[in-house]
Amino acid sequence: MFELLGVPPQALFGQLLLGLINGAFYAMLSLGLAVIFGMLNVVNFAHGALYMAGAFAAWLLLEKLGPGLGWLVTQIGATPPEWLTQFQIGYWGALLVAPFLVALLGIVIERTMLRWLYQLDHLYGLLLTFGLALVIQGLFRNEYGSSGQPYQIPEILQGTRNLGFMFLPNYRAWVVVASLAVCIGTWFVIERTRLGAYLRAATENPALVQAFGINVPRMLTLTYAGGVALAALAGVMAAPIYNVSPQMGGDLIIIVFAVVVIGGMGSILGSVITGFALGIVEGLTKVFFPEASNTVIFVIMAIVLLIKPAGLFGRTA
Amino acid sequence: MKADAQAIATVGTPWHHYAAFAVMAALLAAAPFHIYPVFLAKLLCFALFACAFNLLIGFVGLLSFGHAAFWGSAAYASAHAAAKWGLPPELCILFAVAVAAILGGVIGGLAIRRQGIYFAMITLAFAQMIFFFALQAKFTGGEDGLQIPNSYKSIALGTLNLRDNITLYWFVFGIFLIGFLFIYRVVHSPFGQVLKAIRENEPRAISLGYHVDRYKLVAFVLSAALAGMAGGTKVFVAGSAALTDVNWPMSGEVVLMALLGGMGTIFGPVMGAVVLITIEEFLAERAGAWVTVIQGGIFVLCVLAFRRGIVGEIARAIKKPL
Repeated sequence: MFELLGVPPQALFGQLLLGLINGAFYAMLSLGLAVIFGMLNVVNFAHGALYMAGAFAAWLLLEKLGPGLGWLVTQIGATPPEWLTQFQIGYWGALLVAPFLVALLGIVIERTMLRWLYQLDHLYGLLLTFGLALVIQGLFRNEYGSSGQPYQIPEILQGTRNLGFMFLPNYRAWVVVASLAVCIGTWFVIERTRLGAYLRAATENPALVQAFGINVPRMLTLTYAGGVALAALAGVMAAPIYNVSPQMGGDLIIIVFAVVVIGGMGSILGSVITGFALGIVEGLTKVFFPEASNTVIFVIMAIVLLIKPAGLFGRTA
Repeated sequence: MKADAQAIATVGTPWHHYAAFAVMAALLAAAPFHIYPVFLAKLLCFALFACAFNLLIGFVGLLSFGHAAFWGSAAYASAHAAAKWGLPPELCILFAVAVAAILGGVIGGLAIRRQGIYFAMITLAFAQMIFFFALQAKFTGGEDGLQIPNSYKSIALGTLNLRDNITLYWFVFGIFLIGFLFIYRVVHSPFGQVLKAIRENEPRAISLGYHVDRYKLVAFVLSAALAGMAGGTKVFVAGSAALTDVNWPMSGEVVLMALLGGMGTIFGPVMGAVVLITIEEFLAERAGAWVTVIQGGIFVLCVLAFRRGIVGEIARAIKKPL
């Protein structure tokens, strides 16, 4: 058994992979935060809660959808057929349905609450979404308790493959690849398509874009919906790795805030790179200096603030 | 975050501040004869905490989302000084203030390098770092927290036995008054006027030649130290320091107190703390798990429809800043 820098390679690569997975979630969440902040000037504190809602939606679609439909049918006096009570939406369906459901919730939030705050100080947006995060998290905790619910890895992605130097669980490889694809896709939509051009223009000068006949308020709504859908998608992907629990978003969002401060919210690729890089750094810290693994990102944030206060990819306002 | 313009040019203390202060002091002096004094003492600790927080958001326009770091680390410092060193309460609290002030200097020094929304995120992140530190460090007792042992002689200033509930209340009341009047003095000093100038228009304050960062840092350290005074005192009321004191929901709670009572008002945070802690105490037995949801709901309602807060609305109705 050879060692690498005094650490067995199994442990090293295992933690690196774990770091990469965490980094994938940091990247997807900070990406959504950056897109929402760019358009709406709102720091979406509810992002973590909506990520959790996405994971819960996946779990509910799998475990509770059939029985729930059956219960509805009994309420109108009929006996539900067995195929209905057995009905469930699995992982692949949830990847589409859960973000869609959370996006609908996002539309409601934006239409009924957030839009009244655009003319005010940005801090009110943070305070409102903080309150929403408390409400969402509290509701899920009341309904499903604090303990986590397990979520099965879909069948095709179960098992591991031997890479020679380590065993790679298929599902984790899928998460890294899929989240990279999602991040690049988002970048492509915003930087390379007509819709993205409208978005970027509206970020710079909403009044002028509106004068050209583009419905800016609707774009704001769709941006918020898209951003929280990204969070929900990350939640579905996280469900088989971590347990689905009401707290899963609360602590994560603070780390993502630190990631956003380090990267700066100015650039899309910047937040993706920062997310993955910090995940890896965190994983490495777990190998070499485990006590500091919780705090290393905050230490990096302090150093970045000292050297480059605007963030690694940020523009000074 | 611009509150209604305060009447700033008045010389001396306006009469309605005397009146409002007299009402508040009279109510607080009469309260322990009707309400459980330990609960009131806890209330006053939170009121001072909210006032300290409000010094930043209300008068400099800086939203700190990490004030639990100062409250919590001061609580640990105070409990440690009492349990391990056996210092008398007043020295424990002084030590706690010093710890919170130093921490405030470090975190504040870094956080003021960014403005607005980033400032909030940075303070939140550093507070979470302190939380992880408290979770892992040996002397904090981790999940168990730090208890003040029964053998500890809780005698403040040589004569006040804090094991007696009424005496404890008067002791905390005294500390609250010191903190409250100190904040009042700071806000209405020339230094406080510069802080308000920064809140209203930072570029203009810079162009007038003020070292804005220095003012912000001093305000931040003062706010942290006062939050520490509240947190250090709270240990003698609750008998322990725990992880909840340093976790992020505590930061959110103090924000909510200031928001509910009225950010940028002198008396608002006290009102906010009284109302919120009373609601929570009332709900704790009846609604249990729903407390978080209700807190969140109050947040949403305040932001959407009630941004001036209770005292802010009163001040608007009588057309006098409170």
